[in-house]
Amino acid sequence: MEISLSEEQILLKNSVERFVERDYEFSLRRELAKSDEGFSKELWLKFSELGWLGLTMPEKYGGLDGSLVDSVVLMEALGRGLVLEPVLSSVLLGANLLKRVGSSFQQKNLIPKVIDGSLLLSFAFSERQSRYSLSNVEMTARRSENGYVLDGMKSLVLHGDTADKIIVSVRQEGDYSNKDGISLFIVDREAEGVIRRPYPTVDGLRAADIEFKGVSVTEKNLLGKEGKAYLVIEDVIDEACIAICGEAIGVMDAIMNSTLEYIKSREQFGVSIGSFQVLQHRAVDMFNALELSRAMVFRAADTVGSSDDRNNRAKAASAVKVQIGRAGKLIGQQAIQLHGGMGMTEEMSVSHYFKRLTMITALFGDADYHLKRYTSLGQ
Amino acid sequence: MELKLSSQEKEFREDIRKFMGNSLPEEIRHKVEMGLKLEKDDYVIWQKIVGERGWLAPGWPKEYGGTGWSPIERHIYNEEMALASAPRIMPFGVNMVGPVIIAFGNETQKQYYLPRILSSEDWWCQGYSESGSGSDLAALNTRATRDGDHYIVNGAKTWTSFAQYADMMFCLVRTSTEGKKQAGISFLLIDMKSSGIEVRPIITMDGGDEINDVLFEDVRVPITNLVGEENHGWEYAKFLLGHERTWTADIGASRKQIKKVREIASKELVDGKPLLEDPTFQIKISEVEIELLALESVLMQVLEAESAGKPPGPEASLLKLRGTEIQQEITELLFEAIGNYAHPFVKEALDAGWNEEPIGPDYAASIAPRYFNYRKTTIYGGSSEIQKNIIAKAVLGL
Repeated sequence: MEISLSEEQILLKNSVERFVERDYEFSLRRELAKSDEGFSKELWLKFSELGWLGLTMPEKYGGLDGSLVDSVVLMEALGRGLVLEPVLSSVLLGANLLKRVGSSFQQKNLIPKVIDGSLLLSFAFSERQSRYSLSNVEMTARRSENGYVLDGMKSLVLHGDTADKIIVSVRQEGDYSNKDGISLFIVDREAEGVIRRPYPTVDGLRAADIEFKGVSVTEKNLLGKEGKAYLVIEDVIDEACIAICGEAIGVMDAIMNSTLEYIKSREQFGVSIGSFQVLQHRAVDMFNALELSRAMVFRAADTVGSSDDRNNRAKAASAVKVQIGRAGKLIGQQAIQLHGGMGMTEEMSVSHYFKRLTMITALFGDADYHLKRYTSLGQ
Repeated sequence: MELKLSSQEKEFREDIRKFMGNSLPEEIRHKVEMGLKLEKDDYVIWQKIVGERGWLAPGWPKEYGGTGWSPIERHIYNEEMALASAPRIMPFGVNMVGPVIIAFGNETQKQYYLPRILSSEDWWCQGYSESGSGSDLAALNTRATRDGDHYIVNGAKTWTSFAQYADMMFCLVRTSTEGKKQAGISFLLIDMKSSGIEVRPIITMDGGDEINDVLFEDVRVPITNLVGEENHGWEYAKFLLGHERTWTADIGASRKQIKKVREIASKELVDGKPLLEDPTFQIKISEVEIELLALESVLMQVLEAESAGKPPGPEASLLKLRGTEIQQEITELLFEAIGNYAHPFVKEALDAGWNEEPIGPDYAASIAPRYFNYRKTTIYGGSSEIQKNIIAKAVLGL
């Protein structure tokens, strides 16, 4: 089933897919995952040239003013190549926060650099105890003479090892049940008191746990209104949910192709195993899950990207995350099962797709979390 | 619904528990508890301790070193082993080739190999699957041709667990291409130190290196290492798979893992409250626990029939099928329980010698790798699809 896309979107889709096919072979991905930075800075600049980093950024800063649907088109195609570069952390999280609540000074100074690839951002919002809650923030910002002093720990900061600037959420008032009292600050990677604990993630990406130990920042580092950051965090994470669900579609599509190819060519008992009805039906279940997901992701991207109703946006984002959580589990697990022992190996790309897909289902809240959130938003 | 135990059986449980408490080396227990990588020595040291106590092969006939325990006692024993965080007893000798040698081996083979299994002198591995014969095991192609009083073996086995540690392999080889493919298979015992054998590790998606390709080039195997009759190996292989399917249910281990889910969920917080108090998560734990109770009920029946001299029939497939599905479900619960800390993957963190601070809680490091690793359980030992075929054909007559 084809999703109806605009001409520009089709061009974008084709160009990313071509890039992935020609310039992002699995062997390259494997090498990059092992490299110091965990991705290619060179390719990152190419992403910039191709306009992918500014896709959803304002035109006045050199962006293309694209929609969330455009982001999904991009992410789906990148997902097909299991691309490691920090589009999610730098653009969809970091720059999106700037775009929404940055002062014109901050925007003018930072957004063009994100778009030209010279500045990497990351967003540090989760903590050891927060699980998936966005309001459960214990990191603090105390007023000081010259501004603020930040103290606390952030966990799973995506690409937090290579980011030049980290946008961090802090609580100045209230507890985890209060939406008020949360602020955002932009912190330099070199700032004194920033202690990173970088690590690879299960899916071959990079992240860091970061401790902020009495980190001094000024008023200029405050992003958005003091104490009022919760809503923008929620909006940005909802959009990021949609974007990674788009990526998941690309991953699932690649898994599906690999599985079909495998069961058609693998012979046992003198026939291709794809001739067994039980495997045919299994493949159909996978296909259906994928098509349901694909259609829903694009629809939800439109809703989340353009609806004025916050409740409606939040429900759409959670609904899709539940759908992808379920479909991702089914498709990923069955893909490995149908590949048999081969699917278990590091050598086969399908195991890497499975790992990425699995981590996407957990990222920004698993299916149970979003099912509850969806329910709590009203019937 | 606890097992109904007589006072004698309760005492038995106490004895086993005491033994575990006194005999399991702390260093090894810690590794198992934390899901760290076990070295060959960890397994061997523990097996020797158990072997010296005379409990390594409870299911064997008493005359060969079995314990003569009732099915329920054997079940208690397995469960206590798992609950104590003891390494699993490697099944290849005790549960797989041992019973085959007892049932089909000659006197010389019994006298030579069985004591060496009981003393953990020989580490066995299983040479069954080949790249072209997985589910279709009988299509195997590794050839053994007679040359005087030797077989010359050529070919390759794959997915061989722990071949890198093994002293011996029990191996299905093709000795004839006449007639049905099942009819030309023989069961050979191969010394892994023979010249012409090469073991190559296969890295799995969790970063593990337990499984291997094993290549044979003109490997000479004395004909005295043939078990039973030439070209009858398929019967022995099927007998073995029946045994394998009983132990792969691994109910004790699943019970231990459910306990671990509870422990971790009591430490993980959702809005300040333990995840264990979350009704949705509680229900998920209950569900898998009930599935496990049902499976345990079937296992008790099978074990009872077995002790009455009725070897496990095709219904053993049910145990393998559900047992492995339950194991996988539990790995999913663990994965869910640790939330964001499922993401970090530091391979060295699974080595006992790793001295750095853990990333996040210390119980997190092994959980995602285990989830990925356990996808193998519904593939190995006859995939779930094959188990269903067996039940459909052999039990339901379809």
